[in-house]
Amino acid sequence: MNKSVEKYRMMTPSKSVNLELLRDFVGKLARRAGFAEDYVNKIQLATDEACTNVVKHAYKGIPTGPIILEIVLNSEKFQVTVSDKGVGFDMEKFTRPDMVEYLNQFKKGGLGIHLIQTLMDKVTFAVNPFHKNSVKMVKYIHKPESAEKLRRQEIIMKRTKNRH
Amino acid sequence: MDQNQFEVIQENQNDVSILAIKGYLDAHTAPDFEKAIHELLEKGRFKIVIDFENLNYISSAGLGVFMGFIEDVRKNGGDIKLARMNKKVFKIFDLLGFPNLYEIYPNLEDAIQKFQTS
Repeated sequence: MNKSVEKYRMMTPSKSVNLELLRDFVGKLARRAGFAEDYVNKIQLATDEACTNVVKHAYKGIPTGPIILEIVLNSEKFQVTVSDKGVGFDMEKFTRPDMVEYLNQFKKGGLGIHLIQTLMDKVTFAVNPFHKNSVKMVKYIHKPESAEKLRRQEIIMKRTKNRH
Repeated sequence: MDQNQFEVIQENQNDVSILAIKGYLDAHTAPDFEKAIHELLEKGRFKIVIDFENLNYISSAGLGVFMGFIEDVRKNGGDIKLARMNKKVFKIFDLLGFPNLYEIYPNLEDAIQKFQTS
């Protein structure tokens, strides 16, 4: 098995206008790694959500902090790390939203991390405020869909079909 | 011009307002979309159809715009109905269960018609 590792890095100021650049960068590399377009979209969205959190929460809209995007890929996995030097995020305070309750109560915001965890195979956070906070997101290459994921997709498809 | 530049084009058909959105709807462009909906509500226009035909991308910041207005719109007897979403955008809505809260139509006419028959 080819164990060679490739590493890529991109750094931008923490401006929301740069989200498109960051998505394009990760998207091109995901395509080159051989992911189908559906998976490229998932990786791009997860990256966008992580970078948006940096812009909005880590730097609280201050546009001069760095967003550091690093991609490490080998034959087994595609790993995206988004880092910042902002205030950091207390994962202990985070609970995944109950989407039924969320929608019924017309709640707003707070879906970024939930989406990241839904879209990627493995997500880890490391917090060191004003030094280096990071979210590491992994998508496995050629990973067979888990039975649970397939079951969930079937339910969604049935629900959508019944509605139309 | 950048093909993916976000744009909102508004059109009225009687008491229904149609907002056609184009490009990418993310944390950078969401405020423009928010402003367009806010302007409709200021004018008392609560029957809104969003035409997604030319929208290529949406993130949670874009989804947040819908959540920001839906309660107010429905309290005023209106609704935000969604039409002509491509598969990629629909998948994000579906992943989060949004089709349980919003009516999504494959074509624009059906979404507009729904306001006129309800």
